Amino acid sequence: MVRKWPWKLACASLLTTVLAACGGGSATEAPDTNANRLTITIESWRSDDQKVWTEQIIPLFEKSNPNIHVEFRPTAPTEYNAALNSKLEAGTAGDLITCRPFDVSLGLYTAGHLTALNDLPGVPHFSDVAKSAWQTDDGKTLFCLPMASVIHGFIYNKTIFNELGLTEPKTVAEFFAVLDKIKQDGRYTPLVMGTAEQWEAATMGFQNIGPNYWLGENGRKALIDGSAKLTDAAYVSTFKDLERWGDYLPEGFQAVKYADAQMLFASGRGAIYPAGSWDIAYFNQNAKFELGAFKAPVVNANDQCFISDHTDIGIGINAKTTHMAEARTFLEWMTGPEFASEFSNALPGFFSLSDYPITLKNPLAQTFVDWRKQCQSTIRNSYQILSRGEPNLENELWRTSVGVIDGTFAPEAAAQDLQKGLDNWYKKP
Amino acid sequence: MKELPMLRPNKSRPRWHIAVFLAPALLLYSIVMVFPLLDTLRLSLFSSDGANFVGVSNYQRLFTDSQWWPYFWRALKNTVLFFLLHMLLQNPLGLLLAALLDSKNLRGRSIYRTLLFSPTMLSFVIVGFIWQLILSPTWGIAPAISDFLGIRYRPWLGLESTSLPTVALISIWQFVGIPMLFFMTALLAVPQDILEAARVDGASAWQLFWRVKFPLILPTVGIVSILTFIGNFNAFDLVYTAKGALAGPNFSTDLLGTFFYRTFYGFQLQLGDYAMGTTVAMVIFLIILFGSLLYLLVWQRKVVSYEL
Repeated sequence: MVRKWPWKLACASLLTTVLAACGGGSATEAPDTNANRLTITIESWRSDDQKVWTEQIIPLFEKSNPNIHVEFRPTAPTEYNAALNSKLEAGTAGDLITCRPFDVSLGLYTAGHLTALNDLPGVPHFSDVAKSAWQTDDGKTLFCLPMASVIHGFIYNKTIFNELGLTEPKTVAEFFAVLDKIKQDGRYTPLVMGTAEQWEAATMGFQNIGPNYWLGENGRKALIDGSAKLTDAAYVSTFKDLERWGDYLPEGFQAVKYADAQMLFASGRGAIYPAGSWDIAYFNQNAKFELGAFKAPVVNANDQCFISDHTDIGIGINAKTTHMAEARTFLEWMTGPEFASEFSNALPGFFSLSDYPITLKNPLAQTFVDWRKQCQSTIRNSYQILSRGEPNLENELWRTSVGVIDGTFAPEAAAQDLQKGLDNWYKKP
Repeated sequence: MKELPMLRPNKSRPRWHIAVFLAPALLLYSIVMVFPLLDTLRLSLFSSDGANFVGVSNYQRLFTDSQWWPYFWRALKNTVLFFLLHMLLQNPLGLLLAALLDSKNLRGRSIYRTLLFSPTMLSFVIVGFIWQLILSPTWGIAPAISDFLGIRYRPWLGLESTSLPTVALISIWQFVGIPMLFFMTALLAVPQDILEAARVDGASAWQLFWRVKFPLILPTVGIVSILTFIGNFNAFDLVYTAKGALAGPNFSTDLLGTFFYRTFYGFQLQLGDYAMGTTVAMVIFLIILFGSLLYLLVWQRKVVSYEL
């Protein structure tokens, strides 16, 4: 997609002048402090991680590559896509581009803003699942290097589990038995999640427990090639599980926001928290009790398990960079074990996607990443291709998951709604 | 309007000062209003990648395509409901408050006036945050208050059936000060001698208000209505802060503003579509234009303005 002058377009929306952020597109050039050192810059939306990059990751790289200076230049997450687009159009973007997964970055590649990375020597260290977010639809060209993923599971309060004599559930039946026991005791909220922001229901609910029903990548790919439908038993069963969650969630969960749920669990008033691994950092800081984690329950005790190990962030090279060799040196270093270990430890909950075994100092993060050994990884099924048209599958999943938990949608009806929405625009390849 | 007798200035001198005085405003208005409007119109007539002129086919798509029309229609219906709630509650409430504050026996009028007007000056972010906190099932005081009043507490802001009225009530709470101020100013302008004459004739307070004051402030009712209409059809911010751009649950709080936002800027995995976004924006503009014209051409001509 060609996006010309986004700032101008933004200004053009007269009727919603409140929205128009007419300031876009100003890039500040970093001063060149050392004439002998080349400076390459990284565009990123991870302003939260600026300290980690500038104080830990980049110095580590510069130690082994003293001739290259790397500058981390983040933009606010909500403005990143638009700001990056205008910078790329104007030719003022940095040398390295942090990549959003799937279509946003694919768009940049097809518009000629990113270079293909197939010949980067370190690429074989990444699995197909990891690469899927930054490949062309035919899987032939890789345009961003996978950087990190987030893993779904359940974080629980060990103090409450010990007190009530509970053990980590492995199957769906055990999961609900544990929830029932906590509910009977009556002092704690069994399952801490709200549906007010909608994405929790789909991301921490549907995408968390679903892969065990649709068998991970198999099911995800079957949806894309059209051999499976969202009305199939796998998806209805996922919704049926989700429907039961409503009984165990906090009072008035329909208006409980994400931050409310985080605080509720951190304050020790709830037992189990459907989590994304990015929550680890928050709970490590704010929860005053011991934390444990278990993965999404399987249907039968000996079933193969699947986890949502979602590719969230990648990095590519600006096609118009004047420092191609240096940018490639940096990316090649990022494929190595040094980066994998440093990154995953500095940002617990964001896991490097390369195949080097990493040891994490954070035990909870280690629990999450260990699931990769026993279970097969998959990504969220709505992210690749299936959210290209309207209504897009991702937003539809938010809407229907909320309805199912709330009881306003029957599981079958929700599944039919999803399939109908997809049939509206999606033509199988 | 009658022509005023004008002094004829010296014919030979062109009146440059008129152009000079008009220019800054005209220039500014053209840059920030007229040009963006025309550019919006232009964009809505092109394909999504901006390359091909497609005529009105974007509008055709919006009104007939099953990918677009049901969602636009839902947003339109919600907006109309949002507007009607304001007309039925906010403006009568504003009138009531103005009438009460107009009473000469009331002490501390300016304090009440300031208090009632103050939410209007708050940022919508703060208003959205405060009300979410008040109504929160976890931390809010609403559950306790409803218990005390014997009402069954529900997470009103989170239920499909009640979220839109709840958001509308929050918006009414915030903006009731505006119609109140308009009506107060109008009531202040009612001359004392007319009221005294009515009192001498034996009119009760009720009759005084409805027979004398209200007809005199009727033009203000029109202005307040049209301002409410324009404000509500542009409404976006409160829903965005309280419910997010996806305006849940199940799109029950989706207004034309949030629908436009998602279409133009995109949301999550939905990519922004400039052509369809500007098309939606133009349709919203035309709805508002049509409503305003209706007001100017019908209401303003029909309503009797009394010379006071």
